[in-house]
Amino acid sequence: MENTCPLISETDAALITDRQSSIMTAGNNKKSISCDVDSLAGSVSQRACVFSGARVVLNPVTDAVHLVHGPIGCASYTYDIRGSLSSGPNMYRRNFSTDMKEKDVIFGGETKLIACIDEIVEKYSPPAIFVYATCVAGMIGDDIVAVCRGASERYGIDIIPVESSGFLSGNKIIGYRAAAEALLKLITPKDGEVVEKTRKLNYLGEYNLGGEKWVVERYLKEIGIGINVAFTGDSTVAKLKKAPGACLNLVQCTGSMHWLAGMLEEKFDIPYMDVNFFGSQNTIESLRKIAAFYDDPGIYARTEALIEREMKAVTPVIEKYKKKLTGKRAAIYVGGAFKALAIIRQLKELGMEIVFTGTQTGKKEDYEEIGNLLNEGSIIVDDANPAEIEKFLIEKKVDVMAGGVKERFLAYKLGVGFIDHNHDRKDGLIGFEGAVKFIREVYVTTCSPVWKYMKEGLKEEDDDRNSQQDDS
Amino acid sequence: MLDCVPDKPVAHTAGKINPIKACQPLGAMYAALGIHGCLPHSHGSQGCCAYHRMALTRHFRDPAMASSSSFTEGASVFGGGSNLKTAIKNIFQIYNPDIIAVHTTCLSETIGDDIPTIIKQSEIPEGKYVIHCNTPSYKGSHITGFSNMCKGMVSYLAGSDGSEKKRRVNIFPGFINPGDMREIKRIVSELGVSYIMYPDTTGVMDSPILPKYEMFPKGGAKIEDIIDSGNSQATLALGSWASDEPAALLQEKCKVKGIPLKLPIGVKATDDMIMAIKNEFGVEVPESLDIERGQVLDTLIDTHFHYQGKTVALFGDPDHVIAMTEFLITMGMVPKYVLTGTPGSKFEKIINGMLEDAGIEGSKVRAEGDLFDLQQWIKEESVDLLIGNSHGKYIARAEDLPFVRFGFPIMDRAVHPLMPVTGYRGCLRLIEMISDALLDRRDRDCLDEDYELVL
Ligand code: SF4
Repeated sequence: MENTCPLISETDAALITDRQSSIMTAGNNKKSISCDVDSLAGSVSQRACVFSGARVVLNPVTDAVHLVHGPIGCASYTYDIRGSLSSGPNMYRRNFSTDMKEKDVIFGGETKLIACIDEIVEKYSPPAIFVYATCVAGMIGDDIVAVCRGASERYGIDIIPVESSGFLSGNKIIGYRAAAEALLKLITPKDGEVVEKTRKLNYLGEYNLGGEKWVVERYLKEIGIGINVAFTGDSTVAKLKKAPGACLNLVQCTGSMHWLAGMLEEKFDIPYMDVNFFGSQNTIESLRKIAAFYDDPGIYARTEALIEREMKAVTPVIEKYKKKLTGKRAAIYVGGAFKALAIIRQLKELGMEIVFTGTQTGKKEDYEEIGNLLNEGSIIVDDANPAEIEKFLIEKKVDVMAGGVKERFLAYKLGVGFIDHNHDRKDGLIGFEGAVKFIREVYVTTCSPVWKYMKEGLKEEDDDRNSQQDDS
Repeated sequence: MLDCVPDKPVAHTAGKINPIKACQPLGAMYAALGIHGCLPHSHGSQGCCAYHRMALTRHFRDPAMASSSSFTEGASVFGGGSNLKTAIKNIFQIYNPDIIAVHTTCLSETIGDDIPTIIKQSEIPEGKYVIHCNTPSYKGSHITGFSNMCKGMVSYLAGSDGSEKKRRVNIFPGFINPGDMREIKRIVSELGVSYIMYPDTTGVMDSPILPKYEMFPKGGAKIEDIIDSGNSQATLALGSWASDEPAALLQEKCKVKGIPLKLPIGVKATDDMIMAIKNEFGVEVPESLDIERGQVLDTLIDTHFHYQGKTVALFGDPDHVIAMTEFLITMGMVPKYVLTGTPGSKFEKIINGMLEDAGIEGSKVRAEGDLFDLQQWIKEESVDLLIGNSHGKYIARAEDLPFVRFGFPIMDRAVHPLMPVTGYRGCLRLIEMISDALLDRRDRDCLDEDYELVL
């Protein structure tokens, strides 16, 4: 990927020359971007690590114990990291760590890991334990695979190693893969076991943040389709083991789940399709796609009835807020491309202009798709750093940004509204009702009276910027 | 619903369940942010850095900038030297900080990268600094890391020119909020003594919205002041886990007298800090501070019957918890369960000593404990109030306890980092929080006929 971005002039250039190829401008003929590469040392990347990727995917399995094998930090920071809700067990919200000490680093941490597993089984008798390898565990060469196998045999439960040492890559995708491998291990039937086929579907890449899975489940139920199990929102070990019995896999968060979907197709003959339930248009399209798969007149009819009814509620909200938001300028910087695409679509529906989009883990095809959706001149960045984010927020006179926790306060400091659309959100944004919630959130932050006070202070400094934003 | 402990009591000896500590680099990063124009740098894989920034951002609700060496497998095998050198070059080129403060992570510690040598071999622009400290996460906690970075500041920067010491005090504030640092500086100013505080995160982690955003806000300790701190007459080391070692290092290196003190939380600890300055510099305590102190006493008298004799479960960072225990005893409350996640056997000794002096029996005290321990104790015998960081909210709900948020991290409430719990003003705030929590509970629980207007 040798491409750079000829549309960006010298002054417009990225602040780091080495990062030029990770930035492009929509509307340019050469729509290729350098991505999927390691972050530059010292660039203040907003990315996380392999462990973090694995943890966010697996953590919502509600009745499993999630045991982090490493020094305390890795566990501490991922303490109840998700807003994933459970309809039953709450084991996943506890935070288990082997709390490795110097002695373990020198002599190896396996003994301690075994002791922790023993204690956990005695205390909680969980149906499964996921053992996450962190940097240190991987570095000193603890054989977590052997420890888990031994413990599994001892207790007759699934004790599954997750090979998520942070140094493997700065990219969460590698961690998604480690998690997917662990899940595949968990759901592959043991010798002689047969999982019966059903008419139900699995819903991959859905983590039930603020009950999001339940919303889609309700829609599907209404049109006559059952969810077998979601990966992994509000799932249990027993439900996951039923996964091979589905007739279809929906893939929502593609970054985290495409590989697994492919494996399920190969091993269990389950076809998959991509869906996206963020924003009303995406929701409608996805529901119709699912209905088409089942190809049943009853399902078709109920789908259309549901869409009509729900849109009656959504349309007036869009109309109402569109008046306030048309012409406002938005920026997006999120973890994955799937989310970026969903947000672009929703903001465009509100008449907003997207002037800057970036992701931490997008792939080349993703960026092409993003580029096709955006207007000429919109900036697209892979693995942006705060200096770039700051630069583009100011240069592009952005009114509101969608991003995660590390971007929120930077945006605020620059006088830019903010919508959290990350995996640690606690409030659902899915489906028609989520779309309404999202629109309101965009309005609240973009048009908050607080910016006026800020602008008054800014008046002398930068009159231009004020007049741009003053009509909220 | 959010019970962390099983029904029956079980021994808990291996690992941690719901920890009360984080790892060293977090503390090092926070300390480094307390130097003006500093970009903290995490030498290791990217995840650590992202986590530490996220943890600080969540508590302070301010951007926490920090860079990473972005280790991948290659660096883990061949050492991280070239990553660090590239990082240093990139950082000065892009972000142009005055100083880079490097800390290690478990990974670079395990590999054994020789940071001082790598720094020596790096390109450092004229007039700029690169300092470092080792922060192996498998030792101590985020508090140890904070202390280590303070030591790094002393060893790289502080110097003495050999002339007579200046009538000035250095303050090592410990791992506290910027609001507390501001309050401590105010008190010392009231006493008429000039000071150098470092690290000092005021203006950095409680930075205001200003017409122009600066990546390096106005706040933070100035490098030249840190350098000059070797010429000060004395150093207040506030909180022994965070500040004793850097103060001892400064004493050894530059012959600046170190005065170990508790964090000035509560009446006695605040008195102690003021008296230490009075004795060292021979200043008079101004009437303004007498008035503040008198207001605290007045408030304690006005409210003592709200909380007297109530039992408390308290957890958090050791320096915080030690000072708070002392204040709870002053208030006539009973610290029944006292825990910290940070290791250090002197914690138990200090707390037990305080309890013994106060004639309080039957309390449980633990260093290097976790919230599993705490909840199990509460299940065995409950308390009237829980005090600790945001993670305590699950126990508060499960055990139906009133809850006062105190310490780090507090992620579910705003404004905390700006409001002091130190000094006499901090006493008022703590009394208010504690009384209100208990009175709100009483209002919630009491029978209709006991529902009173005046309490
Ligand atoms: S790998 Fe080590 S330094 Fe990094 S977050 Fe985990 S415990 Fe902390």
